[in-house]
Amino acid sequence: MRKIIKSLQVSFWFMFLTFPIMVIRVDTIEKTVQWRWLNLLYVGLASFFLSFIWRFLIKKKEEGSKKEESGEQTITIVQKIISTPKYNRPIYSFIFLFMLAFPWIVSTYQTNIMISALIYVMLGLGLNIVVGIAGLLDLGYVAFYAVGAYAYALLNYHYHLGFWTVLPIGGLLAAIFGILLGIPVLRLRGDYLAIVTLGFGEIIRLILENWNEFSFGPSGIANIPRPGFFGMKLGVEEATIYIYYLMILMTIITIFVVNRLQNSRLGRAWLALREDEVACEAMGIDRMKTKLAAFALGATWAGFAGVIFAAKTTFINPASFTFLESAIILSIVVLGGMGSIVGVILAAFLMILLPEYLRAFSEYRMLLFGAAMVLVMVFRPQGLIPSVRRKYVYELKER
Amino acid sequence: MDYFLELFFGGLTRGSIYALIALGYTMVYGIIELINFAHGEIYMIGAFTALIVAGVCSLLGLNLISILILAIIISMFYSAAYGYTVEKIAYKPLRNAPRLSPLISAIGMSIFLQNYVLLAQTSDFVPFPSLIPEFEFMEPVAHIMGSSELVIIVVTAIAMVILSLFIKFTKIGKAMRATAQDRKMALLCGVNVDRVISVTFIIGSALAALGGVLIASHIGQINFYIGFIAGIKAFTAAVLGGIGSIPGAVLGGLVLGWTESFATGYVSSDYEDVFAFCLLVIILIFRPAGILGRTNTQKV
Repeated sequence: MRKIIKSLQVSFWFMFLTFPIMVIRVDTIEKTVQWRWLNLLYVGLASFFLSFIWRFLIKKKEEGSKKEESGEQTITIVQKIISTPKYNRPIYSFIFLFMLAFPWIVSTYQTNIMISALIYVMLGLGLNIVVGIAGLLDLGYVAFYAVGAYAYALLNYHYHLGFWTVLPIGGLLAAIFGILLGIPVLRLRGDYLAIVTLGFGEIIRLILENWNEFSFGPSGIANIPRPGFFGMKLGVEEATIYIYYLMILMTIITIFVVNRLQNSRLGRAWLALREDEVACEAMGIDRMKTKLAAFALGATWAGFAGVIFAAKTTFINPASFTFLESAIILSIVVLGGMGSIVGVILAAFLMILLPEYLRAFSEYRMLLFGAAMVLVMVFRPQGLIPSVRRKYVYELKER
Repeated sequence: MDYFLELFFGGLTRGSIYALIALGYTMVYGIIELINFAHGEIYMIGAFTALIVAGVCSLLGLNLISILILAIIISMFYSAAYGYTVEKIAYKPLRNAPRLSPLISAIGMSIFLQNYVLLAQTSDFVPFPSLIPEFEFMEPVAHIMGSSELVIIVVTAIAMVILSLFIKFTKIGKAMRATAQDRKMALLCGVNVDRVISVTFIIGSALAALGGVLIASHIGQINFYIGFIAGIKAFTAAVLGGIGSIPGAVLGGLVLGWTESFATGYVSSDYEDVFAFCLLVIILIFRPAGILGRTNTQKV
């Protein structure tokens, strides 16, 4: 009974809170006011029921944290499957075969969607290095993506450089930008870093929008050639399939590299830095160099992804590189589980494919992204599939 | 000279608004060390509430002054309620989480609120009625400074004075200062820290709404996205002055306002937002603690 009263209070509070914005809509030009009372009812009902779920989850979370304090570490079934080769090999090979066969089963349109999902997988894994492993909150990641895309578009426009020449150049340029940005700002603490990277992302976008002689302004650059296949001209359909396989290859390389990095000396330094900077420096790790490496390596993947993006869409303009894009990539990393490769890949597919196939909800997409970010942080800060920490276990032998 | 003065007062007006929003950032940061990304959205919601109130009131046939006062009071109240609720939902459960968690939760909240207003209201720019009346005595200097600019500067100054008196002399103001210095110690001395945090969010949000109503009526149009840029700039102002310091936020806001005003007036108006960010980066490189901030060393 007390619970119902509490939920009623919550429901009334939200009805009151959302009253002006949800119910009244003013047209200042025609001087009319539209009243939408039905919305109030929806808000009331939704908050009434959601408050029950909210309290239940909070309670469950508290119980969970108590368990954790007593030293038990729970490893879920999914984590177990991922980490044991006996189970994961058949699953991975099945997924791999499915991905190989994918463009032959479905239409070009579907393949195109899959390519963009794979681009986001790459971006997510790149940002995962910076945010997930090294713990540096980068809110302007899309700037490096833009650097890659514009590198290809402009180098091709002015010097007719091909896709394969620009791919490494794009990655390199993005890395250089990462280092240039990193040198002044990496001394700062986490929150300042977030805001400066956010500002940097906006600066890059504003420059691309306003410097017409350099970037052709808001109208963007069109007619960017698709990648060539040993000098052969490909039609749209074949080119799509070709880019698809290229993307699969790139994704596999990314996964491989990120995985190796994570378990390398550098990767462990990142993890240590994320946990405790002072202790890390005391252990002889150069803080600046390690952070710069994370920034540069993360940016490189965004640069590659940008080049491929430009080649795939054949048209780019600054509108593709807004803060929203950074936020989507960040939520991929957060939802998937920071530092967890499988989690990030899964989250990227969920975030890109779900809105594509649930067109009815597409206007609510960003609303749900935002809500999901808050809810994941509150109830499951470790993400969908948390990364499993490597650790040594000492077993004392009985005498 | 006239052009210079026009830019000067234009910058002062902008700066006062930045200062009003920056106060919310700086107070929240001072107490729980969190960049409240959703603060810009609270400001935007304040402006939208004022628009709705003004629309309804003008249909009822009230006169301009009473509409202005009603719009300011109601939007401040609603924004405060939003600020309070946002804190309860998105930040309070994360009080003891790692520092990155509430920050990400704040970004999520900001995206959520933007899209909430986008879906519930409109995605277009909405014309905002100019609620501030034209004064007759301002006519001789109208080419330098409009009446709405005068009102903004005066109202901001009054709000600042009231806020500093509040923080200096009331009991809850003292508790706020104590919590900002050392949260654990304040808790031990019997300060209700949860309530202090709630009050901080309420005051910060109300001030942001005040800024939102004034500037929206000065500029004449709003949309759901205004909170994002205004939020970043106000944060820049807070960092500029030294985050956590209340006079610092005001000073930072004014410096930022003047920089933007003079840079757009004398250099180029295309890069208006770039100047703010460049200033932020430069300040952070040379003086990370801000103009009035203290550098504190990290201890183990």
